[in-house]
Amino acid sequence: MADSVLKITNVNKSFGGLKALNNINLTIEKNKVHAIIGPNGAGKSTLLNVCIGLLAPDTGKVLFDGKNIIGKQAHEINQMGLARVFQTPEIFTELTLLENVMIAALAKQEGAFKFKIFRNLAEEKAMMQESIDALSSIGMDNQMYDIAGSMSRGNKRRLELAMCLVQRAKLLLLDEPTAGMSRHDTNQTIKLLKKIKADGMTKIIIEHDMHVVFSVADTISVLARGEIIATGTPDEIKNNPIVQAAYLGGGNE
Amino acid sequence: MDAILIQLLNGLDKGAAYALIALGLTLVFGTLGIVNFAHGALFMLGAFCAVSFQQLLTISVKVVDPSITFFTAYKTQPYLEIWFGDVGLMMIDYAVPLSILMAIPVMLIIGLMIERGLIRHFYKRSHAEQILVTFGLAIVIQEVIRHFFGANPMPTPAPDIVSSSAQVGAWLGLSENLVYPWWRLIYLAFSALVIVSVFAFLQLTTFGMIVRAGMFDRQMVGFLGINVQRKFTIVFAIATVVAGLAGVMYAPILPPDYHMGMDFLVLSFVVVVVGGMGSLGGAVAAGFLLGIVQSFASMTVVNELIPGIDQVIIYLVAVIILLTRPRGLMGRQGVMED
Amino acid sequence: MHIKQKRSDLLVMSLFTIIVLSMPVWLDPVGANYPDLLQKFVIFGIFAIGYNILFGLTGYLSFGHAIFLGVGSYAAVWSFKLLSMNAVPAVIFATLLAGVVAALVGYVSLRRSGIYFSILTLAFAQMFYNLAYSVLTPITNGETGLQLSLDDPRVIDRLVSSAGEGLPVPELFGISMSGYSGFYFCAVMLIMAFFLSLKIFNSPFGLKLKAIKSNQHRMKYTGYNTRPYLLSAFIISGMFAGLAGGLMAVTDPLAGAERMQWTASGEVVLMTILGGIGTLYGPLLGVGIIKYLENIFSAINEASLQSFFSFMPHWLNEMMVMLVSPFVGEGWQLTLGLMFMLIVIFLPGGITEGFQKIKTKLTTNQKIQQGDE
Repeated sequence: MADSVLKITNVNKSFGGLKALNNINLTIEKNKVHAIIGPNGAGKSTLLNVCIGLLAPDTGKVLFDGKNIIGKQAHEINQMGLARVFQTPEIFTELTLLENVMIAALAKQEGAFKFKIFRNLAEEKAMMQESIDALSSIGMDNQMYDIAGSMSRGNKRRLELAMCLVQRAKLLLLDEPTAGMSRHDTNQTIKLLKKIKADGMTKIIIEHDMHVVFSVADTISVLARGEIIATGTPDEIKNNPIVQAAYLGGGNE
Repeated sequence: MDAILIQLLNGLDKGAAYALIALGLTLVFGTLGIVNFAHGALFMLGAFCAVSFQQLLTISVKVVDPSITFFTAYKTQPYLEIWFGDVGLMMIDYAVPLSILMAIPVMLIIGLMIERGLIRHFYKRSHAEQILVTFGLAIVIQEVIRHFFGANPMPTPAPDIVSSSAQVGAWLGLSENLVYPWWRLIYLAFSALVIVSVFAFLQLTTFGMIVRAGMFDRQMVGFLGINVQRKFTIVFAIATVVAGLAGVMYAPILPPDYHMGMDFLVLSFVVVVVGGMGSLGGAVAAGFLLGIVQSFASMTVVNELIPGIDQVIIYLVAVIILLTRPRGLMGRQGVMED
Repeated sequence: MHIKQKRSDLLVMSLFTIIVLSMPVWLDPVGANYPDLLQKFVIFGIFAIGYNILFGLTGYLSFGHAIFLGVGSYAAVWSFKLLSMNAVPAVIFATLLAGVVAALVGYVSLRRSGIYFSILTLAFAQMFYNLAYSVLTPITNGETGLQLSLDDPRVIDRLVSSAGEGLPVPELFGISMSGYSGFYFCAVMLIMAFFLSLKIFNSPFGLKLKAIKSNQHRMKYTGYNTRPYLLSAFIISGMFAGLAGGLMAVTDPLAGAERMQWTASGEVVLMTILGGIGTLYGPLLGVGIIKYLENIFSAINEASLQSFFSFMPHWLNEMMVMLVSPFVGEGWQLTLGLMFMLIVIFLPGGITEGFQKIKTKLTTNQKIQQGDE
């Protein structure tokens, strides 16, 4: 298992008397898109929060790139190479698209804190080119001087992805990337996810839209009542009777 | 022992004023989500209700002084005395408690006007903007008061009968020397009464139930189809009246001047955050607590130990509580945090 | 942040330098050319520029900046008393000490955000005011304020010359710091402060501060430790305030506790938002307007009003005087408060935003007209 990016071992988490996660073992392999699906209340959000170190599990280990991330602060985890996309796109609404991406690029280049007010123009130019490239890879370079807040939800999501792309994150965590989107925006996002799949960035997608999951994922884990009941390729999952019973509702689809 | 009891009373007294002001402030926070920097000015307006009512009662006319018979001498005599004789004089004497009757409608109207005219346009704007606009309003109110009443403190005596001191020591079987001003005891009882009525109103009426629900989850109450707007207006008016009443009764303790509002504002904000943003019980508890802490810090013994501690203790306590227990003594997590 | 050539910074700075240094010339026609007022313009300009770096860029509303103004003044006066009447060490001490105090206040206050931050700074402001007013009387001379006296040691000055007759005045290597020379000294400080502010605004550092204002949560998940950024902004703006306080003492060597009152921080907020919060030039515009109006309004009294309205019939004259007089002279504070409210209500982006709105309106109108043709 030398190629794993994120390794979750024997993770348990309870809230009061409620067992939210029950002995979870999960390995995310490098350069793969790993989807985690499950009905509401299955523990997806809890698992996600454990993955990013926000929530400390009662027992168990979470290793990212071989290093423990439990109890680390958000910026430390990002600096380690774990980027995340939120359910509602979170961007810098008052700034331009280019500035949004440049801030992400600066974080990669300068680290968590750097006090520097006298600029190095050559360095900056290189970084700006990198940011423009990231924007053009999602097809938004023609509107890079627009204010980010004025865009549609789908475009905000794309911008957020560009911000993660420019950081060349080792692992990208997408929390319901198509939640609350129109059909059109959803299809756009799927296209984009497929497109950036080629760059080999490892991704975890938490999602309940089956259409999205089956079009982009390499591996799927199914979560139900705090347990992982199956892990496999999309085809395996589709034909797994336990999954059908638990999640797909009798397999009529 | 005596000294401690006196300081305890002093602290309760100060705390009563803090609690009353903070109660309205936190009520407005909790329900309307408004950070009202003009709340201290409302307290000051209340105090000036007492001042102006007293001035109103003592409007005088020049009359011939019959006690001087060598020549025609004049003296000023209040109309009330001329019209009603001794009853009139008694009314003047009781100006401060009587001015409550005037303060309630006046403060109610001021509260309604401020909410309708200004505050409601700021529900959706940032806290910083709310702070700034109400800060501006506070300046305007205090400057208007200065324009009409001048910059000097206005002594507003309590009724004669309670201007002396109560034999607190004798009642408790302690030292005879232990006395405490009657009016301060009355203030304590009065604020307890106001606090209890506000709580009773919120606990026992349907309106109060909605307000409490609103403090818990504003959006939800809106979804239930309740006209939150109107409730907000009334809540703001209530907060205004409470602050005003606190001011009216405080006038004999501290002669009101135009900037007393700003002085009390900082203190009451400190009380609110120590109690927990949006927590009514917290505001009352923190008010009394900080009042007592402050008055004990001003004891000579303590001051000899740490000079000047009485001047900064409240703020130190506030800073420490905010850092170690961000939600205050009784607040919920995340209230007003952005 | 655009990639701008260094040349354009140079252009901005030279223009700015010319405008500031020629203030005595172009302010002459509007009757604002006297040293006292000019000094006020530039000193408050520094204060507001600094405040804007915190409030304008990061959105953290501080009521504690009067602390640093006061600390700067006390530090400068002490430098005059102990070391030398030279303005340079005074200004350096004022800035540094204010920076240290700002680091302390900021370190604690910035553990919280939003309104809690504002209230923490408010509590600190009141605490420092009380300290300066009564507790620390040996250092601040309490109610009377800290002043120069004849028997001050002034060790550095004593090395060069013996004590002269009468109280010395602050100087810069022999040039007295009162009147126009004082103004030019402050103006040079303003130009330096503006240069720093320009650099911050155009730098990645400034961009990150704006991003913190926009979405701090996102900022953390983008890999930034936001607190040191905020603390740096806080300290820089505190040092600007300290410099302003120091300059106040340079032009008039005394320091009082009332300079530390939290409401004084309110005034700088007003100047900043009036001109345009978060813009480079806005705060300066705000300072200019407020200090100019203050100068005019507080000088007006009833008699001057009567003569101003003397062309009107008697009854109208009296009515106008009655209507206007509450807002002038002593009533300037009332005008200030009203202005404060009006700006926040109708033009939260300040005058700069107002200009921009008008500009976009005009250009779109033009476009529409061109489209019609």
